Amino acid sequence: MWFGQRPWDHRWTLARTEQRRLYRSTDDRILAGVCGGLAEHLSMDARAVRIAFVVLAFVGGTGLILYAAFWAIVPQQPGDIQSPTPRARSGRRRPDRGDILALCVLAGGVVLLVRQSGLWFGDEFVWPVLAAAVGIALIWHQADESQRRRWPASARAPLTDRPGRLVVARLAAGVLLVAVSVLWLLIAQDGFQAATRGLLAVVAAVAGLALITGPWWWRLARDLADERRERIRAQERAELAAHLHDSVLQTLALIQGKANQPREVQRLARAQERELRSWLFGRQQPDGTQTLAGAVEAAAAEVEAMHATSIDVVAVGDAPLDDRLSAVVAAAREAMVNASKFAGVEQIQVFVEVDGDKVTVFVRDRGVGFDPAAVDADRRGVSESIVGRMTRHGGTAVVRSSPGQGTEVELTMMRTRTTS
Amino acid sequence: MSENPSVFIVDDHQLFRSGVRAELGDSVDVVGDADEVAAAIELITERKPDVVLIDVHMPDGGGRAVIEAVAATDPDIRFLAISVSDAAEDVISVIRAGARGYVTKTISGRELADAIRRVAEGDAVFSPRLAGFVLDAFAGAEAPVVDPELDQLTNREREVLRLIARGYAYKEIARQLEISVKTVETHVSAVLRKLQLSSRHELTRWAADRRLT
Repeated sequence: MWFGQRPWDHRWTLARTEQRRLYRSTDDRILAGVCGGLAEHLSMDARAVRIAFVVLAFVGGTGLILYAAFWAIVPQQPGDIQSPTPRARSGRRRPDRGDILALCVLAGGVVLLVRQSGLWFGDEFVWPVLAAAVGIALIWHQADESQRRRWPASARAPLTDRPGRLVVARLAAGVLLVAVSVLWLLIAQDGFQAATRGLLAVVAAVAGLALITGPWWWRLARDLADERRERIRAQERAELAAHLHDSVLQTLALIQGKANQPREVQRLARAQERELRSWLFGRQQPDGTQTLAGAVEAAAAEVEAMHATSIDVVAVGDAPLDDRLSAVVAAAREAMVNASKFAGVEQIQVFVEVDGDKVTVFVRDRGVGFDPAAVDADRRGVSESIVGRMTRHGGTAVVRSSPGQGTEVELTMMRTRTTS
Repeated sequence: MSENPSVFIVDDHQLFRSGVRAELGDSVDVVGDADEVAAAIELITERKPDVVLIDVHMPDGGGRAVIEAVAATDPDIRFLAISVSDAAEDVISVIRAGARGYVTKTISGRELADAIRRVAEGDAVFSPRLAGFVLDAFAGAEAPVVDPELDQLTNREREVLRLIARGYAYKEIARQLEISVKTVETHVSAVLRKLQLSSRHELTRWAADRRLT
C-alpha cells in the first residue's frame, strides 16, 4: 500500500540501502559521534580513531580542525528510529553529566598545558576565542539535536513540535557566550570606547537587517507550516480515497452488475454499510484484541452475509473477550442463524448489555415463532447448541416463543472479573 | 390529530429527499424540502410544518444548527432526526438540541410515517440504537449526580429503554410490563426530557472514555 509509506519511511529505506555512507554515530559517541561514525565506516576500533584525532590535535591543531569539519559536514546517523533500543546496543548513548564534567576537566588541563608549553598567543586573545568556541559549539550542537529530534517528532505530533524550554535556554546561553566573547575581544584590542561604538554599529546593522528581512522570514516560517499541514491533509485524503476505492466503489460496481437480483443487492449493501461503519466508528481496542460488542457485530455480519437477513446490533457497555464471553458470542451467533433460517423475516434485533459483571444478550425476531413445548427434533437440536453451550460455561439461556409472536433468545453470563 | 401531519425534509442528498417523498406517499403531507442549513431555516419558519425530518450530518453545522435556529422563533415545530451515521455523540447532540427522536435511514416507509405521526402528536421516538446510546450515556457511575431528578434514569425507564433496544414496539412493551401504551409513552418522554436537560457531563463528553468496564 503506497499510501502507508510516510516520507520518513522513504528516507529510512534510503539510509538502509546505502550502507556505506558516512554518518556521525548516535550510539557510539563522546562529543558529536564523529570518531564513532568514522570507526564504523572504516571498520576500525573507535578508540584508535579517537587517539589518532587527539594526536593530530597536537600537530598544529589539525585534529581539532578536522573534527570540527567532520562535525559540520557529516550528517547524523538517521538510524535513531531504526534501532528502537540503541541503549541496548552500546553502553553509552550520549554523554551524561559525569562525562561532560570529565571532558571539561580534560579540556581545561589541555589548555593549561598548552599555556605552560609556550604555544600561547596571550590571555587576552585565547580566552575570548575559547569562550566563543564553546558558545558556537552549544548553538551548533543545538541544531544537531533538533535535527535528530525532528523525525520521530513529526511522526508523533506533526503540528505541535515547538522547541522545548531547555532548547531555548541552551540556545540563549550559546548566543550570550559568543556575544560576550566578541565584546571581550573588542575591548581587549581597542579599549572600551571603541568597543562600544563598534558594538552599537553592529547592533544597528543587525536591527536594520532584521527589520528589512523580518516579514520575509515570517512568511517563510508560515509557508513552511502551511506546507506541512497540507501534506498531512493530503496523506489523510489519500488514505480515505484508498479505503473508499477498496470497499465502496468495488461494492457499487458489484451492485450494478447484479441489479436484477434484489436480495443479492441488499446483502451487498448491508455488508458494505457494516464494513464502512466499523471503519468509521470502529470499536476495536488499540492493541487489536476483540471486545464482546465487536465480536457480536462480526458474527452478525457473517450471518447476514450467509442468510441475506438484516441484523441490527445495539450494544450498551463493552468488555474484553474471554472464554466465557466467546461462548456467549457463539451461542448468540447460533441464535441469529436460527432466526435467519426459521423466522421468515428479514429483520433481526440483537441487544448486548454489559452491566457490571453481568452480560446479557438478546436475539429477537418478529417471525413465525413456534411452540417451545412441541418442537421437532431438528429444532430442538439447534436450541440445545445454544442452551447446552451456555450452561457448560456457567451461564443460562432462555428461549421465549409462541406461534405468530416471534422468538426471543436471552443469554445471560456472569463474567470473570478482570482488573482493568 | 386526524388529518395528515405536514412534513418538511432537510437533507443534503437529493436522492434521499426524493426517496423519502416516494416512501411516505400519501400518509403524510410533505410541504417542502431543503438541502442546506440557511435555506432550511428560512423555508421552515415560512411554511411552519408540524414535523421536520432532519439529517444529522450536513455542512454548516448540520441538523443541530437548523433545530437551534428554528426553536428560537417557532418552538412548536417538532424535529425528528434521521441519519445513516451512528456516531453516538452526534446523535445525542442533535437530541439535546431539541429533536424529539432519532431513526436510521434504513427504516421502512411505513415505520417512518408512523414515527412522524407520533412526533407530531408530541411523543418521543426512540429507535433501538438510540435507546442503546441513552442507556450508555446514563450508565457511567463516575459522573457526579447533581440533580437526581434529571441525572438518573428510574428503574422503570431503564426497563423501557432496554425493551426498545431489544426491538420491542411500544405496544409489546406495554404488554410485557403490564402497563398501558400511554404510560410507556410517558416514560419515553421523561427520558427524552432528562436527555435534553441533564447537565451530566457524561452526555456531552461520554463517548471518549466509554464502554470498557
